Amino acid sequence: MTAWLVRRLAAAIAIVFAVVTITFVLIHLAPGTPFGADEQHQQDPEVIARLVRQFGLDQPLPVQYVLYLRNLLRGELGQSFSQHRPVADAIADTIPPTLTLAGAALVVDFAIGLALGVYQAVRPRRFGDIVLGNVALFFHSLPTFWLGLVLLLVFGQWLHVFPVGGMRDPVLCPSVTSARCLGDVVWHLALPALTLGLVGAAGTARYQRAAMLEVVGEDYVRTARAKGLGERRVLLVHALRNALLPFITLIGLAFPFLLTGAVLVETVFAWPGMGRLSVGAIFQRDYPLVTGAALVATGAVVLGSVLADVLYAVADPRLRAPGGAT
Amino acid sequence: MTEPLLHVRDLKTYFVTEHGGGTARAVDGVSFDVYPGETLGLVGESGCGKTVTSLSILRLIPEPPGHIRPGSFIEFEGRNLLTLAPKELRAIRGNRIAMIFQEPMTSLNPVFTVGDQIAEAAIVHQRLSRRAARARAVEMLTLVGIPDPQERVDHYPHQMSGGMRQRVMIAMALICRPQLLIADEPTTALDVTIQAQILELLDRLQRELGMAVMLITHDLGVVAGSADRVVVMYAGQVVEQAPTRQLFARPLHPYTEGLLASVPRLDTRVSQVRGRLHSIPGQVPAATAWPAGCRFHPRCPYAWDRCATEEPPPLDTPGSEPGTHTVRCWLLTEPQRRERRA
Amino acid sequence: MTAWTWLALAGAIVVALVAAAQVRRHAAARAAGRRFLRHPTASLGVFILAFFVTLALAAPLVAPYDPTRQLDPVHLQNQPPSLRFLLGTDVYGRDVWSRLVYGARLSLGIGTLAMLVAVTVGAGVGALAGYFRHWLDAILMRGVDVGLAVPRIFVLLMAVALWERLPLAALVLLIGLTGWFVTSRLVRAEVLSLREREFVAAAQAVGAGPTRVILRHVLPNAAAPIIVSAALGIGNVILLEAGLSFLGIGVPSPLPSWGSMIHDGWQWIVAAPWTSGFPGLAIAFVVMALTAVGDGLRDALDPRDTLDPRKEGT
Repeated sequence: MTAWLVRRLAAAIAIVFAVVTITFVLIHLAPGTPFGADEQHQQDPEVIARLVRQFGLDQPLPVQYVLYLRNLLRGELGQSFSQHRPVADAIADTIPPTLTLAGAALVVDFAIGLALGVYQAVRPRRFGDIVLGNVALFFHSLPTFWLGLVLLLVFGQWLHVFPVGGMRDPVLCPSVTSARCLGDVVWHLALPALTLGLVGAAGTARYQRAAMLEVVGEDYVRTARAKGLGERRVLLVHALRNALLPFITLIGLAFPFLLTGAVLVETVFAWPGMGRLSVGAIFQRDYPLVTGAALVATGAVVLGSVLADVLYAVADPRLRAPGGAT
Repeated sequence: MTEPLLHVRDLKTYFVTEHGGGTARAVDGVSFDVYPGETLGLVGESGCGKTVTSLSILRLIPEPPGHIRPGSFIEFEGRNLLTLAPKELRAIRGNRIAMIFQEPMTSLNPVFTVGDQIAEAAIVHQRLSRRAARARAVEMLTLVGIPDPQERVDHYPHQMSGGMRQRVMIAMALICRPQLLIADEPTTALDVTIQAQILELLDRLQRELGMAVMLITHDLGVVAGSADRVVVMYAGQVVEQAPTRQLFARPLHPYTEGLLASVPRLDTRVSQVRGRLHSIPGQVPAATAWPAGCRFHPRCPYAWDRCATEEPPPLDTPGSEPGTHTVRCWLLTEPQRRERRA
Repeated sequence: MTAWTWLALAGAIVVALVAAAQVRRHAAARAAGRRFLRHPTASLGVFILAFFVTLALAAPLVAPYDPTRQLDPVHLQNQPPSLRFLLGTDVYGRDVWSRLVYGARLSLGIGTLAMLVAVTVGAGVGALAGYFRHWLDAILMRGVDVGLAVPRIFVLLMAVALWERLPLAALVLLIGLTGWFVTSRLVRAEVLSLREREFVAAAQAVGAGPTRVILRHVLPNAAAPIIVSAALGIGNVILLEAGLSFLGIGVPSPLPSWGSMIHDGWQWIVAAPWTSGFPGLAIAFVVMALTAVGDGLRDALDPRDTLDPRKEGT
């Protein structure tokens, strides 16, 4: 098991390394000097000099590559043109909001999706299943940002239930200093998390329904019934425990979905996260910031997939304790 | 004559097929009894309805697309199983009547330990504590002949061989000391040598626990070795039932004759066998369209016009006590026709 | 809407119904088709797709106004839906219905083009990896792992940030090139099992080279995952393009892709919700239809398909 884990981590590192290399190549392929100053980007000459030193901009390419890697390991992602501060700092400020949003959306996604999927599978092809299935299909097909706009309009503007944007009240709670301010953040979090969560839940429900149906048809479920177990126990203990295994793979897939969704949803709700930062950076052609964000996002996705693989190995006894018998 | 433990009368289980394929009458009027302590063999080719019959007893038939027709009657310990409330039915499953299935690998839950799965029935039916149930599970593993039971009880199904898994299934079924064990092709998925071991085990356990066993199989050899009485099924019906020895010595239904004749034998001399193995001509008809009259008549060497129009009821054989040897064949009324084709 | 355009709209609906009915008839004749028809939403999906495709093709007939023409930016801006303007007007006084209809061309067109790129590359890579195996397989599949590690939208954000003037064609190509990874895995799996079949050995025995064997023998039999990927892939691309256009980096403004329409209407969502509302609904219906059709196709073409969330197209 440990050998497998080591190999898995090594593969993950290799992937990140490959992405980093490709990013480096892309930066140098694109027109315009890396980190250089041109009419668009006014930089402090001191800053430019520091960057030239740090990234070896006057050195041959291989040297630049090595310096680039070294800088990355140190957490140095370059200087943001638009923010006039290190990229790493700019991104670091936005990670907590994005994490919060992604985390909340994940909870909504999995809670609703799992419950719905299981419920549908328990009474398949009945009225509830058909209606819910089509509702899920509809939500799964919505552009996330459009759903955000609709929710914003209905609950923010028309019904005044939730705020129309931002993460917190800028006057009363510039930072989370009290329980009331925490509540304020949660209140602001509701709509964006719901937007991402609902669309995600639709996909999760569709998938989990299929997983559960497949399990419910298995022989061991019949055996459980033959033992005289109540239907609830048969479904929620014997069947679900097996249907949760494919569910774990969904965790790995949730990361790319959430990060992508974050870009759009944060923009709609003016949520101060990494997504909104990246979008703003584009219009200023602040590519160090955008590439930095892309690398961070990649890291998160890779981490997520390793996490999911580990969870799966722990949860499935067939992987945890490999048998010798046929 | 003792009372039967299980009394099945006129069981009919039908399935609705998709796309207007019609209704498959998988079990179409099956009647038989199982007496306490005996082993009843239920024999037939695949498609004859024997598995559906066994699943119907515990009402394990998936409700769409299948359903047990009203008018079917299954009596066990004085109650009709088919009309029991779900709660009462569950009290019988795994407790008074237990069942083991053909594929031990897929019939065991892969994410729970063997011990947990065995103990579960005891926890649910006998309200044992987890500890006590676990101890019982270890006892059961010893009973079914699994070595190192203390260790094995925490193993997962995938860590065991096919034979051991089937033993686990037997342990799981017997932990509550049921009166009747239904074994649906318990050895079909196993190696021949393991088959013998499992059958021997079932034999021994039956004697030790004093329970009745309903052994479902397509293998006549299994039946010959283990069963006291045999029920032969064809096309959703019982075509012959008799004590084992009588059935093998003097099969009366042409289908049974054909089955026995089809078994290749090592003791016939080459000159006696005319070169080819015997097989019953034709194919088993589809359950959606059973032939009219006697269902075997299209394949029967003795058939005459009555067979194509009138379905024979189970008839008693002359010379046996009523009910001990019944045959669903018109030849019993006109035995002379049998000689003509001999 | 003028009388002619009403007529044309009715005609489009009829054409779509007829097309859907034809598809049903031809499907019912084959076993795979009947499995497809078992999904009522799939049949509905066929109709919806036929309808939007017809609208796109017949745009000049069905749209009463030029989609980029600002009819009267002062008096006719942000008008709610009416008989004259079926879906209302936007902030520039443009007819939303006309823009929606022409937008179908853009969104569906981009979806199809990008999907074609993705499916071609994906099938090619998958076939090569599955057929030749060994080191080529290892390299290609590591590449797929790398490709799947970066969230698709970030790749596109990076590209837009790095290359200042990214023409639409390049963007569409890039969307396609970021979407082939899942397809390649599916095709690879299919090819791996197909290459063991006798017809491959037979073709090789006759002296067919690898190219011929792959193109003429293996890939046609691997059609099922390719077709399903294609259907689901168009949906994914439409959503992605909508997102990019909404952010302002996709289809540029006067062009009426559904995403850019939502972008245009965003600031006026309170005063004129229809300007962003209807394009979003259109996207939802088309993607719904594509998903339903994709599911139906998956069931029809490979009924024994096993469960895998990673099979959600390109």
